[in-house]
Amino acid sequence: MGRAKLPRKSTNIDMTAMCDVAFLLLSFFILTTKFKPAEAIAVETPSSVASKVAPNKDFVLVTIDKDGKVFLTMDDEQKKELVANTINGERNLGINVAAFKKAGFIGAPLTGLNSFLSIPEENRKGDQLPGIPCKDSTNNELTYWMQVVKAAYAGEKMDLLLKGDNVAKYPAFRNVIAAFKKNELLKFQMVTNPENAPEGSELWKSSMKGEKQED
Amino acid sequence: MAELDTSSGGGHKKGPGVKKGKKLSTRVDLTPMVDLGFLLITFFIFTTTMSQPTALKLFLPDDKITDEPNKAKESGVLTILMGADNHIYYYEGQLKSDGSNFLSASYNGENSIRDVILKKKADVRSRSRDAENPYKDFVVVIKPGVECNYKNVIDILDEMAINVVKKYALVDISDGEAQLVKISDASSQTSASN
Repeated sequence: MGRAKLPRKSTNIDMTAMCDVAFLLLSFFILTTKFKPAEAIAVETPSSVASKVAPNKDFVLVTIDKDGKVFLTMDDEQKKELVANTINGERNLGINVAAFKKAGFIGAPLTGLNSFLSIPEENRKGDQLPGIPCKDSTNNELTYWMQVVKAAYAGEKMDLLLKGDNVAKYPAFRNVIAAFKKNELLKFQMVTNPENAPEGSELWKSSMKGEKQED
Repeated sequence: MAELDTSSGGGHKKGPGVKKGKKLSTRVDLTPMVDLGFLLITFFIFTTTMSQPTALKLFLPDDKITDEPNKAKESGVLTILMGADNHIYYYEGQLKSDGSNFLSASYNGENSIRDVILKKKADVRSRSRDAENPYKDFVVVIKPGVECNYKNVIDILDEMAINVVKKYALVDISDGEAQLVKISDASSQTSASN
């Protein structure tokens, strides 16, 4: 009995379907990707098990870099204008309000604020700037900044964030907290990288049961 | 699919003077295009940031409210002190004058601070007579030294969340404790180098 002759199949594969999938994925990633803006202040945040996503709107962010220098970032331009006008009125510094509004972050003592704002935005690098003085209770300009910022947000929702570098020393952190406390800003959030709860711990057990972490 | 039927249907005969044009296939090789597609996909997968930063909440006590100090029972207090180079120390209750209950721990691995916290927690529970809320008296006092870094503080605050410690306080270190931490840091430095 002769075997049935198998027709010889072509080794050419139709690539169209694969091409479709590839470009579908490609368009997905292109559309969902968000380029990380080049960070002027290099900060490596520690990890925590907190699962709440950090707010990215209406925030006031205080950054502590690895040398313990303190920077202030606000996202709301209207509030920034208010803050600039208040400082001009109270301290008579004559700072450029338009430049202040555009500035991504503030990292200079009040007296050096004008020269800080005259530096082009792309040249403002955290490691070359003095930062906001926050060393001790006598010369804690951050306290003043927080007071002005708090007044600008009066009655409105304000998310106070603190972003610290892994190797920043504790005294820097303590001084920032002291500045918050003086203005009765007692609730704040620390920006961290997400991390899973260690297996077997109580938090892990409760999250396995489907309980939500309380805020 | 990606090809068109180019064979002339009907079998129409051409005139004798008309040369038969060579039939070109419209089939395009898509392999380079797929290559390019996947190359770009890989690029975007690697550059995309899926993980959003999270926020750890911290509520500070108000210093102005002094008429109701948070009194804690000595048996339920665990004090954690942090020193330089990821050193961590703890004592239960009050620090004895000879420093005999001043012990050292580590952030992870053997003799970790987590085990210390859990042990203390179990200890408080076993002694508690309040069935409703057995951890009522359990308080962890966190005293970061001047030499410890931000990561250490966050790690300990995180440990509170991991071990579900409801009451904890961030307190400034006292001079005596700072000295003790400094000495212990120095002695562990020399023992490590030996």
